[in-house]
Amino acid sequence: MTDRIDMTHGGGGRAMADLIRDLFHKHLGNEVLDRGDDGGLVTVPGRRLVMSTDGHVIAPLFFPGGDIGSLSVHGTMNDLAMMGARPLYLTAGFILEEGFPLADLERIVWSMANAARDADVQIISGDTKVVERGKGDGVFITTTGLGVVTEGVDLSAGNVLPGQSILVSGTMGDHGVAVLSKRENLAFETEILSDSAALHGLVADMLVAVPRLAMLRDPTRGGLAATLNEIAATAGVGMALDEAQIPVAPDVAAACELLGLDPLNTANEGKLIAICPQEDAATLLDTMLEHPLGRNAAIIGETIADPAHLVQMETAFGGTRIVDWLAGEQLPRIC
Amino acid sequence: MMGRQITVRGRVQGVGFRPFVWRLATDAGLRGHVLNDGSGVKIAVWGTTAALDAFQQTLTRSPPPLAKIKEVAAKPLNIPAPQAGFYIAESDSGDIRTEITPDGATCADCLAEILDPGDRRYRYAFTNCTHCGPRLSIVTGIPYDRAQTSMHAFNMCAACAHEYQDPSNRRFHAQPNACPVCGPKAWLRDAQGTITCADPLTETAKRIRQGQIIAIKGIGGYHLACDATNAPAVQRLRDRKRRVAKPFALMASDLSQISRYCQLSDAESDLLTSPVAPIVLLKVRPDAPLPGIAPGLDRIGVMLPHSPLHHLLLKDVDGPLIMTSGNRSENPQVTDNDTARRALAGIADAWLMHDRDIVNRLDDSLMQLDDRGPIVLRRGRGLAPASIPLPDGFADASPTLAMGAELKSTFCLLRNGQAIPSQHIGDLTSAQTYADFRDKIGLFQDLYDIAPEVIAVDMHPDYLSTQWGQQLATETGARVVKVQHHHAHMASCLAEHEVDLSDARSVGIILDGTGFGTNGTIWGGEILLGDYCEFVRVAHFQPVALPGGERAVCEPWRNLVAHLMAAFGDDWEERIAGTPLSEKLAQKPSSLISQMIRQELNAPLASSAGRLFDAVAAALGIVFDQQLYEGQAAMELEAKIGDPAVCEGYPAAISDEGVITWAPLWSALLADIQAGVVHATIAARFHNGLTDMLADIAARTASDAQTKRIVLSGGVTQNRFLQQYLAAKLHARGFSVLAHQTLPANDGGISLGQACIAALEH
Repeated sequence: MTDRIDMTHGGGGRAMADLIRDLFHKHLGNEVLDRGDDGGLVTVPGRRLVMSTDGHVIAPLFFPGGDIGSLSVHGTMNDLAMMGARPLYLTAGFILEEGFPLADLERIVWSMANAARDADVQIISGDTKVVERGKGDGVFITTTGLGVVTEGVDLSAGNVLPGQSILVSGTMGDHGVAVLSKRENLAFETEILSDSAALHGLVADMLVAVPRLAMLRDPTRGGLAATLNEIAATAGVGMALDEAQIPVAPDVAAACELLGLDPLNTANEGKLIAICPQEDAATLLDTMLEHPLGRNAAIIGETIADPAHLVQMETAFGGTRIVDWLAGEQLPRIC
Repeated sequence: MMGRQITVRGRVQGVGFRPFVWRLATDAGLRGHVLNDGSGVKIAVWGTTAALDAFQQTLTRSPPPLAKIKEVAAKPLNIPAPQAGFYIAESDSGDIRTEITPDGATCADCLAEILDPGDRRYRYAFTNCTHCGPRLSIVTGIPYDRAQTSMHAFNMCAACAHEYQDPSNRRFHAQPNACPVCGPKAWLRDAQGTITCADPLTETAKRIRQGQIIAIKGIGGYHLACDATNAPAVQRLRDRKRRVAKPFALMASDLSQISRYCQLSDAESDLLTSPVAPIVLLKVRPDAPLPGIAPGLDRIGVMLPHSPLHHLLLKDVDGPLIMTSGNRSENPQVTDNDTARRALAGIADAWLMHDRDIVNRLDDSLMQLDDRGPIVLRRGRGLAPASIPLPDGFADASPTLAMGAELKSTFCLLRNGQAIPSQHIGDLTSAQTYADFRDKIGLFQDLYDIAPEVIAVDMHPDYLSTQWGQQLATETGARVVKVQHHHAHMASCLAEHEVDLSDARSVGIILDGTGFGTNGTIWGGEILLGDYCEFVRVAHFQPVALPGGERAVCEPWRNLVAHLMAAFGDDWEERIAGTPLSEKLAQKPSSLISQMIRQELNAPLASSAGRLFDAVAAALGIVFDQQLYEGQAAMELEAKIGDPAVCEGYPAAISDEGVITWAPLWSALLADIQAGVVHATIAARFHNGLTDMLADIAARTASDAQTKRIVLSGGVTQNRFLQQYLAAKLHARGFSVLAHQTLPANDGGISLGQACIAALEH
């Protein structure tokens, strides 16, 4: 085997078969994948299935606290988990750029394998394509997940009503700042780690404690601010947050202040937002706090009746500001 | 006996104009009648030609205080005179477009009554008449009568009703008419409840003298008041309000009290005592004992009492008060008693409340005087919602709603050749201000009976005003027109001066902090050539990074780093080596900031004028770390200017593409710093150099375009020196200069320009 991806690795010939056998199967292998068929044949318990798919592109591919491999497993699993599902299987499609070091690819696949093993899911089918040099950015990975949902579990923005509590499972903005720091080669006093993690275990505990949970969502791109605005618009409610209650790690807060970023607009990959009836909020919070991925959980506000569906936040100074839903990149508005 | 029909246009309804005409005619023994109609006030009057001439002259020359006559037209009336008498007739058409009147400060007659122990309104805090009192602040609907104001809750007693119905009385049809028997009442309370006392005003005064902070409900909202001469009380107010350095306004009992603290010209005195009763920026006497009121500034805002309540209170306290808006930082001034109790708990020691509801929140208007006369900096109580007449050509324009910008927000309605800009509403990023903004747009549409067919929004996609405008358009089917920020500034100034549509082509020098450009980048130092309909960007300030985006607006030192890098590249640190500046920047994460700029990491480019001022202020160490309020660095830099006439301006350069660069300015400025030149001179040289450059480019552009008109707009032009230097330099070359007077030059004036541009777009 050579040490870099070349066009033959996507050509359908022996080189490709070697790559699949020596790299992908080596790390990801299981009885379904090892059959080498065109698809993965499985038997799924129960009848309520959730499927979700997610493409992963990220620069840099390796960052403090994770890499594109673990991210591609966690991302899709979390989408399933937000539906209350127990993830069972994943499939993965790789788009590789000609010239990409095989050693890096192996690190990524190895990381995927670890993430899948830790989360008790299997990757049961895959695909590899190679694009010419300059037509990709190293590696793109698309994963699709399949999970089962227990009867009676119904998580959806449609369940959100005014007067419910809004919780988050931990500190906001870690992933976005970690990736940015690595990509831009920024030196902060402490290294900030991505929070990339699979949340289905936490979700399972939460559903046992509070079966009436209204909805879950993971605040990935756009951060807490964009995700809450999206929920508010879908559910037709307003939200009132308390800035002091929103957990932000001190090093993330400091980095954001320097960079002029808002942790609430910054991405997370291992956090969730939960909305539940107010009377269940304390129970839910206690349950989350007991889980390792929820140990910084907090009740950050409540849904309110508001025809304009605004997300507003009481600030540390006692003012109440609108939490922005930005059109795109943040551009200064102060005149 | 001759007949004459006189039509008076302007702000002549709801200001006691008909009783005024009635008294004038009755005194002169004239016959006829007066009525309100759609065009204003219509008078049919009979008498001798001499008597009619005298009548018309008095009418025109000394109208009631709140009236504003725009036009008086007369024509002969060839019908026989009535038998006898003069009367006030019912309005003759259903199509009355009553203009809502601004609130007016207490008139001399009412003031005399409340100070006269023999008068039935002695010490009555809610005294008013057709010449003064609350108007917009209490209006809930049209037509303007008592039932459509918050005075509907009070039934007039017989004495008040008599005044209301008597045309010879000053209170004829005075909708908020009230007296101690039937009208609103004031009381004082603290956290525990109502304080029992003989007179809540005297008790309030006593507590203020003891150093307490009192929340006072006024005309347009709550103020927080304390003794301005009591340093610990002032500091306590700063601490509790978390308002570290932003200047406070004063209220003084009379002009002589003001003149003890400030220099006061006749024109400034006239402005202070006008029915608007604005806050006026006045030069502080160097020895004035006013601790911590406006740190770093040479001028403070001062106003006189504008309601009987304030008159009585100020007389009782006998000393100037701090009068700052009653709010928690970021939030709007509170208007209702329940919110005041909640929101100001922990700030106020007690609350002076009353039971006349405030419908429209009105901040105090802020004005200054320069060589052109009175200049409006914030348009609120006493000024809004006066309509702005527009030049011909707007009469047939579609009804338009313009949404304004994001901070210092106003909106503006346009219909029938008139624009109606709202009062200053504030910064929309505050959820409560934003809610108020949306609410008032609805109220004004009702009050003026306008269903907009066009909605004008700024091009910035994230302005809340833009988002709301788009949503309104979706709901109503109105057409959205996106207007460029600085073009709107320019059009606003053109409209304010009623520049004719057919001859509006002008050069605009538009200077502000930031505004979204047509190319998707941030603009702010712009020379435009255009009119109401279109513009081209002829020249602009060099785009310089804003490292950290809005963070850079708060922290001037970031702009200093960005400007030094833009001027000197990576050598910037060597250029300042050995200066105090170098040491100060060494304390800051400047290498990270320069890395952000190099890597274009959250460092959007902006051709901002405001940030250049920030960078220069930071270079002088005036405001280096953080601006504690908007515009602080530029204001303190302006306050440093010594004698501008004696020093040569710093050089700047302009490329063939019209990009103005500042490397020569920075070289000269750093040399001055190294040579130990005083700040007064550096500040003056900066202002001189900047205006030299701008005047040169504008003059050249105007000559090429064969126009003689140059328009100044944008918040930075509120800098008096900049405005005056530019005007002088352009006048000297034979150009006419238009700058804002009746609307703010900052983003508070932008909605008018948006409305005009959008109304003309087809």
